Amino acid sequence: MSEQESDANEPVEMLRMPVELDYTYSAGTSASRFLRAFAEGKLLGQRCPVDGKVYIPTRGSCPQHGVPIDGEPVEVADKGTLVTYSIVRVPSENIPLELPYVAIQVVLDGADTAMHHVLSECELEDVHMGMRLQAKWKPREEWETSVGNILYFIPIDEPDAPYDSYKEHI
Amino acid sequence: MAELTGVVGIGQTKYAAKRAELSMPGLLREAALRALEDAGLTWNDIDAVVIGKAPDMFEGVMMPELFLNDAVGGAYKPMLRVHTAGSVGGSTAVVAASLVQSGVHDRVLTVAYEKQSESNATWALSISMPFSVATIAGAGGYFAPLVRGYIRRSGAPDDTGIRVAVKDREHALKNPLAHLQLEDISFEMVANSPMLWDPIRYLETCPSSDGACAMIFANEELARQAPNPVAWVHATEMRSEPTMFSGRDQVMPQATLDNAASLYKKAGIQNPREEIDCAEIYVPFSWFEPMWMEGMLFAPTNEGWKMTYEGATKLGGELPVNCSGGVLSSNPIGASGMIRFAESALQVRGMAGEHQVDGAKKALGHAYGGGSQYFSTWIVSSEKP
Amino acid sequence: MRDVAVVGFTQSESVRRERDRNEVEILIPVIHELKTRAGITSEDLDFVCSGSSDYLAGAAFAFVSGLDAVGAWPPLCESHVEMDGAWALYEAWVKIQMGYADLALVYGFGKPSMGDLPLTMALQLDPYTTMPLWPDAVSIAALQARLCLEGGVLSERDMAEAAARDRRNALDNPNAQVAGDFRAEQILSEPYLVSPLRKHDCAPISDGASAVLLAAGDRAKEMCERPAWIRGIEHICEPQELGVRDLTRSRSTEIAAEKAGVGAGKVDVAELSAPFSHQEILVERALGLGSDTEVNPSGGALAGNPIMAVGLSRIGEAADRITKGSANRAVAHATSGPCLQQNLVCVLEG
Ligand SMILES: [Zn+2]
Repeated sequence: MSEQESDANEPVEMLRMPVELDYTYSAGTSASRFLRAFAEGKLLGQRCPVDGKVYIPTRGSCPQHGVPIDGEPVEVADKGTLVTYSIVRVPSENIPLELPYVAIQVVLDGADTAMHHVLSECELEDVHMGMRLQAKWKPREEWETSVGNILYFIPIDEPDAPYDSYKEHI
Repeated sequence: MAELTGVVGIGQTKYAAKRAELSMPGLLREAALRALEDAGLTWNDIDAVVIGKAPDMFEGVMMPELFLNDAVGGAYKPMLRVHTAGSVGGSTAVVAASLVQSGVHDRVLTVAYEKQSESNATWALSISMPFSVATIAGAGGYFAPLVRGYIRRSGAPDDTGIRVAVKDREHALKNPLAHLQLEDISFEMVANSPMLWDPIRYLETCPSSDGACAMIFANEELARQAPNPVAWVHATEMRSEPTMFSGRDQVMPQATLDNAASLYKKAGIQNPREEIDCAEIYVPFSWFEPMWMEGMLFAPTNEGWKMTYEGATKLGGELPVNCSGGVLSSNPIGASGMIRFAESALQVRGMAGEHQVDGAKKALGHAYGGGSQYFSTWIVSSEKP
Repeated sequence: MRDVAVVGFTQSESVRRERDRNEVEILIPVIHELKTRAGITSEDLDFVCSGSSDYLAGAAFAFVSGLDAVGAWPPLCESHVEMDGAWALYEAWVKIQMGYADLALVYGFGKPSMGDLPLTMALQLDPYTTMPLWPDAVSIAALQARLCLEGGVLSERDMAEAAARDRRNALDNPNAQVAGDFRAEQILSEPYLVSPLRKHDCAPISDGASAVLLAAGDRAKEMCERPAWIRGIEHICEPQELGVRDLTRSRSTEIAAEKAGVGAGKVDVAELSAPFSHQEILVERALGLGSDTEVNPSGGALAGNPIMAVGLSRIGEAADRITKGSANRAVAHATSGPCLQQNLVCVLEG
């Protein structure tokens, strides 16, 4: 009882109230097309009907022009150029990567938009803008409709892309 | 056409990592009551309430303004809830001001807040969606690559960010409400702090804070009755652009440039660097000071860092920036933008205390958010336009 | 005050579950059609404002992708409320009043089928004292309905008649989700879902989006032969706590209606967005509507309830009737929060 009494005098400062909600997520018509191709190891982008730029992944519309993107898919390479990056040394509970890791923006050959990914199999001091990268895929039997089929990017032995060739993507 | 509108009351909470003694309603009330006191008003004098905060998922309450409304005197009044990502505090002030500028209301209270101790912002910002892989670690992970892009294109010296951090942390020592008060702050201390999201160091980063900020707007006639000096709203502006599109300049988005040009035009400002006495700019990572010096047209392209380097942005400098200590010193996310607006108003009211800029007459308040894609700004002055 | 009118309205169908399309894909054709019909591009827009809720999508900043459907380039003067699109329209109307805009686009969208909507709405309640009990939205509404019944304010038959009327009206609405030649008797013979509410007393859960164009003065006249002029728009919020307000009437609707001038003339058409039949009756009474008003010709929220767009759609539907000449004076209503906590009333005239 005495314990309860002392509790009664203690202010309640924090209560834990876990919230769990289930969601059924649809990627969307456009992203579904992209993901199905991804499950077969293909990277499919699509052109904006206004300026012809190749978006990957597509999200159903051109954000710049506000028009539906529903034309023929364009296949994009699984190689590209690192346009900018950060070496991350902060843990984040949603990100299962070992620290430090290299978060990158990469423009794939044939695409006109950069995508976020990670770089691995590279010494941290060697990471730099303009370096050429290649996707490292999961074993084929593990492919599914997920961007996760590409584990990470790795450096390849090609000369750096000149700054002017990718600066518009930063 | 717009009615002349003034800020007649400002209230801020003490910012801290954990205001455990206060509930969310209590936090908002602390700021709102201080604003009422400053304005010499009571709850009954308020016509409408505008509430702002960052994503609902931070505190786990859906549309929290609904349960908070009566705690800030909003019962049986019009109430709006604004949400425009990180710029929300600024946008909320803009919307609240517009209710008076439009002539719809005479006196409006606005409150913006975040209670980060009751939330997990990094979790909420990094939720992994199906079919994708989370690679972006919170806001720092998102903005660090852009900072690297800025350094590459401007050729700014590597220690520019350190200098900003030292300056803002020194400013915070003059602001008793600031969350982080680092008495022994030094260049070495920032330089030696751990690299979190390279090139952003720990002490170049904003903290997680609890806090709320409130302002009261009144039309010209009612503002004249205010017991304390009034900050007159000369112009407000907002601009947004998509997160991602081909060829988007993520470092210096068109939206910031358009926003600045339009704001100055509305406020009749020809030369912002000369005409504006001080600025409160949304700088959650130190490097964003030089970036937004360019983004707000205070400096030519790629030369924003020079202002930091020359000491122009220090208290006592040519254009003091973030005399309150800025977002780097206090960051209740949803309120952080409004604090910029409120601090700019405090400066022109001559009520900024120890971090007052001598003789400040015209000031800029600035907020941005999303993927550097939402901008809201205003110009306030001690003089009517 | 400046004259401001609704000069365009588009909406998606209300459907129980959009299986394939994501929110942006639902929104794209709605906004595209509105812009095409009006013959405008994004550059013509002085202001854009939207309403949506992160919790429906289960992700922070869910509204940001909505911009992709607009084509925000060059950058737009734009804002967002975490409220029904009807309040986004209010913000746009204010922007036009202050002279910062002449033409504004407003939109709302929601895809509640992704989650458990009644349960998710429990998160709107006081997080310290009420939400931990997880009272779902239907149960909370049922408590209110019980109060109304016990207090003799309305009967189960009144509720069934309101529900049947809306669903019959919806037969003429191609965008409606629940329509049919319902009769009160038939509804009354159904079992209770959450007593005293039957399935038909509840609005459906709908995915959908809608968009409205607002224009000032001469601009409105240029764009539309018969603009629906906004003659009054007001909104009021009550305290949320269920114990501190009279749940058997909608006081906030009454105040908003009076300030908006609903009673200043005959109301030809009223579009109400109350999500439960008893709430619809409370709103109808609070607005002071008589028997000469046609209520919910579209079927209202009980026929299609795309949360975050449903209130905006009521304004659009009411405006449509004026634009098409079948009404001279119309009232639209939007609501938010548990038990009609917050209500908006808009009076439109030809
Ligand atoms: Zn395009």
